[in-house]
Amino acid sequence: MSLNNAALVSATGLVKRFGSFTAVDGIDVQVRQGEAFGFLGPNGAGKSSTMRMIACVSPRTGGDLRVLGMDPNKDGPSIRARIGVVPQDDLLDAELTVRQNLQVYGRYFGLSRAQVRAKAIELMEFAQLTDRADDDVEPLSGGMKRRLTIARSLVNDPELLLLDEPTTGLDPQARHLLWDRLFRLKQDGVTLIITTHYMEEAEQLCDRLVVMDGGRIVACGTPTELITTYSTREVLELRFPLGEQDDAVAKVVGLADRIEVLPDRLLLYTADGEDTLAAAYEAGVRPLSSLVRRSTLEDVFLRLTGRSLVD
Amino acid sequence: MAAEVVVPVRPSTGHTVGTLRASLLVLEQAWAWYRRNWKATVFSSVGLPVLYLLAMGLGFGSQVRAGAVPGGLTYLAYLAPALLPAGAVQTAAGECTYPILSGFEWSKIFHGITATPVTPGQVVLGQLWWLLSRLLVSGAAYLVVATAVGAVTGPGILLSLVFGVLTGMAFGALLIAFAASVRSTSGNAFTAIFRFVVVPMSLFAGTFFPISQLPAWVRPVAWLTPMWHGTELARGAEFGPLPWGITLVHIAYLVALLVTGMLLARWRFRVRLTR
Repeated sequence: MSLNNAALVSATGLVKRFGSFTAVDGIDVQVRQGEAFGFLGPNGAGKSSTMRMIACVSPRTGGDLRVLGMDPNKDGPSIRARIGVVPQDDLLDAELTVRQNLQVYGRYFGLSRAQVRAKAIELMEFAQLTDRADDDVEPLSGGMKRRLTIARSLVNDPELLLLDEPTTGLDPQARHLLWDRLFRLKQDGVTLIITTHYMEEAEQLCDRLVVMDGGRIVACGTPTELITTYSTREVLELRFPLGEQDDAVAKVVGLADRIEVLPDRLLLYTADGEDTLAAAYEAGVRPLSSLVRRSTLEDVFLRLTGRSLVD
Repeated sequence: MAAEVVVPVRPSTGHTVGTLRASLLVLEQAWAWYRRNWKATVFSSVGLPVLYLLAMGLGFGSQVRAGAVPGGLTYLAYLAPALLPAGAVQTAAGECTYPILSGFEWSKIFHGITATPVTPGQVVLGQLWWLLSRLLVSGAAYLVVATAVGAVTGPGILLSLVFGVLTGMAFGALLIAFAASVRSTSGNAFTAIFRFVVVPMSLFAGTFFPISQLPAWVRPVAWLTPMWHGTELARGAEFGPLPWGITLVHIAYLVALLVTGMLLARWRFRVRLTR
């Protein structure tokens, strides 16, 4: 089997324009079977537009796109029958119950009443919503609605699952519960495509990811590869009393491979943070507080775009 | 170099369904809602034409000496079949304005449905099935009341019901296309439709008096309304005569509006759901 056949999603020079605005500006992406693939980038980077094209609900403006080996422009319904979509908005039917939402949705995939009845029970179990089965959706918490949306996207046992900002707006506990569910899907061999602007989410879930900015892909690789390529092993963060940061910058130049000056702190990129901190003290720098940590994808993004992921 | 080993994926259980089945599944979702909420809709769908029948037919009608056109009928009997298309237009105005906009902007369920194998055009068809069900139910309920108060003169009114439903479908299909084109969520566009289309049409397009009583220059406006064609058909069905030629013209006009509305609605849904 050739590599191309194994690619569930294959985009070449993919473009999406809205009027004169170019949301996706010629991207090349290959998502392989069984992997968890991430689109990392800030709001407006073109992640959601890309996802909508892959989900066959938004026709491409240019370039080529194949999903499950088919062309979304021609075979949209056949592709949609075999994939699962977790959109940014939940798009649940708020006036139906949890169970009804799953059953009604499953029917659109050509499943029989008996099939959707059984599937709804299984999915409510998976999403830990069994005790809310016959409650209206409207009063559920954000985390529960999100879990229901994910459960609903699995009603057809999709071969490819698209998750657009799956945990945005959730509290940390709800987020970890969702990550756990997504891990299980990955174990079951479901191919995942995830957009996120949380670097922690990307690091936790994605085997491979691309960093998007302004409609373009600016880097591609595994989280570790990206960090090794675009950042140092460690980062020293220094905070200063008001007005003293500018003086400190002059003193620490030369102590690190690279320095980022943020409004509220300095980031010193270095192989050994403790050594660098000691050197900074020797140079007469007196920060209010200091923190040594490992490099993350956030640092990769800062390096590549000069901006933070989350404002 | 070793070939890449690809674990076969368990195939998805999902598949596409035909257009008719897909549209009936959209109706099924509406039905799932209706089963739990029908009580809240009883008054709005059955209530208005019944109120008109009681107030205008029984009450006001008791003070009316029928003119030339009703031909010996009581005003109550004259009004009864005409309230079928009038009620259908009212029901269509309710079902095909805010609920449609909501599907795009508030509940957003249309976006949810079209993420499945179902297409925007099939969603439109599903909305029309839903409208058809509502029109049949409210028309039938109206007939029960009309019969009970002695407003019905013969079995021809069952055919009036069919024409009433056709009138509601024709107007509703056009409204669905319009509602799918409304961007502003303020609802001002719908207020204008109610004020400048639905209400004048209900008052002047032949329901309460023949349009021959209108000034000659206004009559062509009435001819354009689905309500007038529906009213002519509904009264013809109960009181006769229903000559073939003119009957076919009325029906053809309503069917043409329905088909035009469907095509426009399918286009507007596609534009809005696949950006």
